[in-house]
Amino acid sequence: MTSNFVELRDLRVAFDGVQVLHGIHLDVAPGEAVGLVGESGCGKSVTWLAALGLLPGKAEVSGSVRVSGQEICNAGRGALEAVRGGKIAMIFQDPSSSLNPVLRIGRQIAEALFIHRGLKGAAARTEALRLMDLVGIPDAHRRFDHFPHEFSGGQCQRLMIAMALAGEPDLLIADEPTTALDATIQAQILDLLNRLRAETGLALVFISHDLGAVSQVCERVCVMYAGRIVEQGTVSELFSEPRHPYTRGLFDAIPMLDGPRSRMVPIPGTVPNPRHLPAGCSFSPRCANAVELCRHDMPALHHDGADRGLACHRPVGTAPGRLSQTRILESIQ
Amino acid sequence: MTAPILEATNLVRVYPGRRRLIGKAAPVRAVAGVTLRVMPGEVLGIVGESGSGKSTLGRMLLGIDPADGGEVRFDGNPMPRLGTSEWRALRARMQLVYQDPLAALDRRLTIARQIGEPLEIHNIVPREHQQARIDELMDAVGLRKDQGDRYPHELSGGQRQRVVIARALASRPKLLVCDEPVSALDVSIQAQVVNMLRDLQERNRIAMVFISHDLKVVRNIADRVAVMYLGRIVEEASSDVVFKAPQHPYTKALVSSVPVPGKTLEGRMILQGEPPNPANPPSGCVFHPRCPFAFDLCRTTVPTLRHTGPDRTAACHLVPGDAEPVAA
Repeated sequence: MTSNFVELRDLRVAFDGVQVLHGIHLDVAPGEAVGLVGESGCGKSVTWLAALGLLPGKAEVSGSVRVSGQEICNAGRGALEAVRGGKIAMIFQDPSSSLNPVLRIGRQIAEALFIHRGLKGAAARTEALRLMDLVGIPDAHRRFDHFPHEFSGGQCQRLMIAMALAGEPDLLIADEPTTALDATIQAQILDLLNRLRAETGLALVFISHDLGAVSQVCERVCVMYAGRIVEQGTVSELFSEPRHPYTRGLFDAIPMLDGPRSRMVPIPGTVPNPRHLPAGCSFSPRCANAVELCRHDMPALHHDGADRGLACHRPVGTAPGRLSQTRILESIQ
Repeated sequence: MTAPILEATNLVRVYPGRRRLIGKAAPVRAVAGVTLRVMPGEVLGIVGESGSGKSTLGRMLLGIDPADGGEVRFDGNPMPRLGTSEWRALRARMQLVYQDPLAALDRRLTIARQIGEPLEIHNIVPREHQQARIDELMDAVGLRKDQGDRYPHELSGGQRQRVVIARALASRPKLLVCDEPVSALDVSIQAQVVNMLRDLQERNRIAMVFISHDLKVVRNIADRVAVMYLGRIVEEASSDVVFKAPQHPYTKALVSSVPVPGKTLEGRMILQGEPPNPANPPSGCVFHPRCPFAFDLCRTTVPTLRHTGPDRTAACHLVPGDAEPVAA
């Protein structure tokens, strides 16, 4: 499979000898939108920080990261900088802390344009204005010389996206880009990401804990738990038929907005400490389906069909119909 | 008819604005005339985006932020001034839980001591019975007895929030104001804490004001919901109807912007623009610059909150309602 833009193979990360990422296999095809879902500490952000060499020095990274066929895992600074920004750009949850507060916004975008494309002076200004326009900053001409604090949170995130696009990357990694934003602004940013993908053919990795947001921008989703991918599939497959009990639990834990007021359905227990992972399947202590096998044997990720993968000894049934129906059925049993 | 435990009339809170280099400071009306009531044992949800004044309102309801206009009555009596001994005594009966439990807890005290502090401060339980009450509270919020001598940093986020809730319940309050209590928690843990709050609230018949930006959580905990926009309540109704059949265009947009797993963005109502600067609010209806249905009247006249159906109110020129505004 040489057609993939990015291929992660057995990517592992340890901090101070504590293993936090246990071998991630993930492909991103050109122009594809992949979602990475999981709770805090599951390794969804670490996966991409490790792949791009952005983790602090004490992190031990092993495995393979190939971008357009070229190996960049633990590569030198030069090789990484040829990829970062130019081929793969990344944006983060808190846009205001990613922007330099003492530099005018136009200059920050122009700086990225100079580094990645060598644009200077009037050419850089014209291009920066075009990017600000593209991401939907109203009145870009007047606001070119404003400082980050003069923009709202949603606009700062738009500016971050403009800066990320400055290097004309093939892949944008968005790490919880809408988590800090209000609901109506979140909808605007998701809409913007969709529009940019349609217009530029950009590939997208969308890291989020919000299954709802992921389903609106992605074609394929990987669910992560305790440093492993536990289930993956297309949005339609995964959302109509979640097989891993954890995925299922995540869906059930989302309160319904329509329908009667009901008790929420939590997943019991908490995410395990990476220092003391339980034996066998990491999810087994919280899993209602767990049997003896789960407590001493770690299930491997089995692929079933092109995009579908599952790491579970005791998957939940494939009952057809809406989630809420299956939820009712289970409570009767 | 029972009397409301909490009644707020025309509350106004004005923060002095930041002074610019040239010109005068523009005052910010964070809360611009809010009227609401909470019955004993009822849960009122307050939703709105950041800057809508919902947190300021929550603090005013407890008397922590003074009102620049209007009045708060707790259990029929006017709210005493902040810091007076009457106010302190009242604090045993009304408590606050907010978003960041790590900031709310003292990191140098064990959690059992912190849960026990209100008992000492308000002198509620004789010293020899305090430990029993602490154990009872910890059990009620789902913490194990042996966790009592842990420190906050040794607990997970969900457990810390349980400690804060246990401490808030120690003095058997009649009113609990929760400001984004589960926003910092993961989805699976959120559900645990919301269920627990709801159980405790029902069992002890505590009235609760639940402030959150998360509509789905509010839907499942609140009996009634008030939607705020730029310091005003724009719609209020029971939580069964307000999300199913919203009347105000802003509520419609909010409901529409909630990402539902498995549904695409198509057909959703995406608002243009951003909430306006509260220091320089638009004329007329403050929502009109973003409202897809705005017409001339909206640009000049502020709509008042009117009854638009049984037990529901809305402040919009386009929603037919009573001629008389609510509590002007």
